[in-house]
Amino acid sequence: MPDGKISRREVLKTAGALVGAGLAGKLAGYLPTASGPGAVAQAAAPSGTPVRIGFEVHRTGIGAVYGKWFEQTTTATVKLINEMGGIAGRPLEIVAEDDGTDPKRGVEVVEKLALQEKVDVIFGTLFSNVVIANAPRAGELKIPYFVVSEGYHVASGKLNRYVFQPGITDVRAQVTAIAPWIIKNLGKKVTMVYPDYAFGYDHRDFFGQAAAKLGGTVQALIPIPPTETSFTKYFSRIPGDTEVVYHVMVGPGVLTFVREMGEYFGSRKVKLFGFIDSLEGVDIASPGLEFLEGSYIWEAFPRYAGNVNTMAERNYRQRVGVDASGASVADPKDVSTYSHMFGCWETLYVIKQAMEKSGYKSPTPGDYKALIETLEKIQRFDEGMEHPQGTKRFVGRLHQSFGRQFISQVQNKKLKVVYMTKIEDGMYPPEADYTTQPL
Amino acid sequence: MSLEGHLVLALLEGLVSSLVVALTALGLSLVFGVMRIVNVAHGEFFMLGAVITWYVSTAAGSFLPALIVAPLAVGALALVINRVVLRPIRYDPAATIVATIGLLYIIQQLVLTIYGPYARPVVPPFYFRVDLPWFGYSGYKLVVAGVAALLLVATWLLVTKTTLGLYMRATQQDRETALAFGVPVDRIYASAFALGAVLAALAGVLVVPEQQAHYLMGLDALLLSFMVVIIGGLGSLPGTVAAAFLIGMTDGVVSVFFSPTLARIIASGLVALVLVWRSGGLFGDAAA
Repeated sequence: MPDGKISRREVLKTAGALVGAGLAGKLAGYLPTASGPGAVAQAAAPSGTPVRIGFEVHRTGIGAVYGKWFEQTTTATVKLINEMGGIAGRPLEIVAEDDGTDPKRGVEVVEKLALQEKVDVIFGTLFSNVVIANAPRAGELKIPYFVVSEGYHVASGKLNRYVFQPGITDVRAQVTAIAPWIIKNLGKKVTMVYPDYAFGYDHRDFFGQAAAKLGGTVQALIPIPPTETSFTKYFSRIPGDTEVVYHVMVGPGVLTFVREMGEYFGSRKVKLFGFIDSLEGVDIASPGLEFLEGSYIWEAFPRYAGNVNTMAERNYRQRVGVDASGASVADPKDVSTYSHMFGCWETLYVIKQAMEKSGYKSPTPGDYKALIETLEKIQRFDEGMEHPQGTKRFVGRLHQSFGRQFISQVQNKKLKVVYMTKIEDGMYPPEADYTTQPL
Repeated sequence: MSLEGHLVLALLEGLVSSLVVALTALGLSLVFGVMRIVNVAHGEFFMLGAVITWYVSTAAGSFLPALIVAPLAVGALALVINRVVLRPIRYDPAATIVATIGLLYIIQQLVLTIYGPYARPVVPPFYFRVDLPWFGYSGYKLVVAGVAALLLVATWLLVTKTTLGLYMRATQQDRETALAFGVPVDRIYASAFALGAVLAALAGVLVVPEQQAHYLMGLDALLLSFMVVIIGGLGSLPGTVAAAFLIGMTDGVVSVFFSPTLARIIASGLVALVLVWRSGGLFGDAAA
């Protein structure tokens, strides 16, 4: 072969660049959002120029499971909105673009949607690293950007006035709402296992704060790098007298994580509290998850039918195409991301409500100003077809919605809701005020 | 947990990961040694081994058929790739890197399209938990380590004791002379490339009951393989195994006693040091 030897350095450079790119793609954060509107328009078929919403979707990369279901939910929502008269009588059209769950590409997608496609607003995006990269660009382009992410970044005030998270509760509120239940029912000595990036740090900081106020102690903090595939070595750092292992992991390693935890502890009694984020897209009855039986899991929206028994929930489940176990009607092996994707449904209804209320016509600074100011004045979204997850309080100065949370127990390899928080349980004193920023 | 407990855990973790990494990296090293090309799509063969195992074990209801089917299927794919991609570009080193980068994305995206974005579990062929005085450990992991060791020995025997191995070593030393002595170099290239793919696929098959099949899992495998072959010396089989142990055991011990992040830092630092001070790798021929 020998017409040329490759220098080791070239090999390395190429390999390093490649692998680096791949790994960077894997490092991700996470977040969702939600909010909702009120009136159902029973109108004639929509007509006129379509309202075009740019949808940045994680079709590839580490977020692809979420992306698939965000897209399926979005498609179902758009179909329903159009069946019921569209937005202010105009048809709703989605312009979807893959971002590869990559912050760099995310920014390019925002630019493409805004400048080339000239969409009215942009929505989508779950992973927090992508949201955090996109937000400044959306602000510079002065285009409203609705994230469905769950991160605390919107409510923290770090982003800008064009960014909203009206469709899903942020992680700080989630953790604040459920911490008292954990400390009271499971134990005061807690070890936290969380992903070693921003999303994990939100858990670490806000659960730590909440636990301390309630007399609990976080005994050990175990951050796990996002590319990890083997977890046994971390378990030796869990103190012997820990009562509760609080685990939130994101990524494909979760089954290994749970099984290895089971192998490690065996019959030793330790209570587990986990977040469904780890298990989105994963069947609870998967081999290896037996160790979760009897443990508790946070859900934003219960995956198994019957836990939230409302017509709105049944309608949502059926329209999106999800069966009673939370999997695709078309393929029972295809498990949904039920605790996050409702945020797409609810966010689209928030956009509809805000556009209709503000008299939005076209992507002009005046219409954007009216849209943003109208949305900032909304204070709640009532439970109903538009908001199947439940009523939300919307805090305009934070651009963030707050909703109820659920704690479920794994019973017979299914999730059964055992506790539901009130919206107020998760509300914290606002630190930011976007309404003072100029448009 | 006592000091012995930590130490046993560290060594066990290190041993298991060393052997699996050695098996994955061996194929990359072998392909480079014989063919002087760098196969950037090597990690995708590993991923395909895992994904095919999911399909086969789901269809057959058992893991064992996958142990045969997956490596053979991946080996066959490697033969096709060799014929339609690598041979037409005459194994030109730079062109090969670009071509295999393309393959990496093609394979990955095809798997995403057909198999989907999910991390799917495969039931291990057997399951038992080894109860140590300090903690419990997966029996399957220990068996995987044993099988990986056997496969490493088998590869070693193949390369040193068989005619095919002799031809491979001859081609590695001097392609023209080997050709002059009647070594069917084209077929040796094809065999080496297929063998490298089979080894990666076998590693994928073995780890999938522990790790789940996911379309991006090849990237980590590729990264680790590169680290190992750089430290060990591209093309050197003993070097590959030694480097796998060096990285695996360091990772085990440092992860348990300090932090896994520090273990990664040390491994990357080692790669940098080797490149600066001994660019041929610890066991490599001369600097390439």
